Amino acid sequence: MTLWVAVLAGCALAYLTKLAGHLVPAAKLEGRRMRRVTGLLPVALLTSLVVVQTFAASGGGLSVDARVFGLGAAVLALVLRAPFIVVVVVGAAVAAGLRALGWS
Amino acid sequence: MQPAAGEAGGAATGGLDARTRTAVLRQAWSVGIATGAYGISFGALGVASGLDVWQTCALSLLMFTGGSQFAFVGVIGAGGTGVAAIATATLLGVRNGLYGLQVSEFLHDRGWQRGVAAHLTIDESTAVGIAQPTVRASQVGFWQTGIAVFIFWNLFTLAGALLGNALGDPRRWGLDAAAAAAFVALLWPRLRSRDAAATAAAAVVLTVVVAPWAPAGIPVLVAALAAVAVGLLPPTPSPSPAPSPSFPPAEIDVARTTRRAFGSQRQSRGRATPMEPEERPNAEASADEEHPR
Repeated sequence: MTLWVAVLAGCALAYLTKLAGHLVPAAKLEGRRMRRVTGLLPVALLTSLVVVQTFAASGGGLSVDARVFGLGAAVLALVLRAPFIVVVVVGAAVAAGLRALGWS
Repeated sequence: MQPAAGEAGGAATGGLDARTRTAVLRQAWSVGIATGAYGISFGALGVASGLDVWQTCALSLLMFTGGSQFAFVGVIGAGGTGVAAIATATLLGVRNGLYGLQVSEFLHDRGWQRGVAAHLTIDESTAVGIAQPTVRASQVGFWQTGIAVFIFWNLFTLAGALLGNALGDPRRWGLDAAAAAAFVALLWPRLRSRDAAATAAAAVVLTVVVAPWAPAGIPVLVAALAAVAVGLLPPTPSPSPAPSPSFPPAEIDVARTTRRAFGSQRQSRGRATPMEPEERPNAEASADEEHPR
């Protein structure tokens, strides 16, 4: 599958998901449990993405490098209620700074 | 409360008094600018993950849901397959379907306008829409926010993609760590309930256990089982009176975003004609509460 096909297929599915919500009558709202599951889905996926993005080694498996400190700085920024863009820049800057100093 | 809901649909601002219109427009566009600005980080991460500028821009134009877009390029950047990227992005986008259910109760658009409204159904437009005191204000809030975010999100994505292209080696600039920071920033406001914390903990364990053995992209999909497991368990009593998991959207703190973008003024929030009496306290809580943890 070329990257373009994946991009467009992903976009199509994202749109169909949104449209489905508009077209399904509210009376057919799923059960309470299903709603809890779908509500928690982003938490599970985003948590996993944080772990993967922080620890995934290029050759497979997990490793620890400057990204861990970038993540730590980002969490600190969130605790201090920094806006999204500041959190991202702080995370990148700490990792880039450590690498510029020669640490992994 | 039976305003001319059907007639004056869409993005037009008719049917509102001047004060309400100003308040809604200010909120919508300040959220649009604040949200759109981080499109720059998505654009830079997109090209850092191996997409070209046009593919990155296509995601912002056509997928138009930030979390799914970050997830898509994250999986691709980690070496995952297109199928894994699509699956992760689609699962993250499921919440937009739930938003669609909720906003279609006040939108009343038909035909092509409904098709456009569906595309604009994201965290921010839903949050601003349901936070309004009347049906008409909700319609305007939803549409104006959706349009504002769409414009700025796409402009900043293009800027970020061009910038990212010019930067060269993404690791040197810490862009791999920026992706982790972006995900944790998207996750952070969702971790308010005990269920969410349990889900996150289980997702960490599943990812760490699966990652050394599975191809890239698969651990994230396996971690989705954490949501299924916690969601099907009997609910634990939550310390806060608003345990409903991120619905209405708790992740976008509209009032705070607005205050950030426009100093310390607060939106006045009429409560005389609540649309959904049992949802209203929730919307209030998610918009006004200052980090209960």
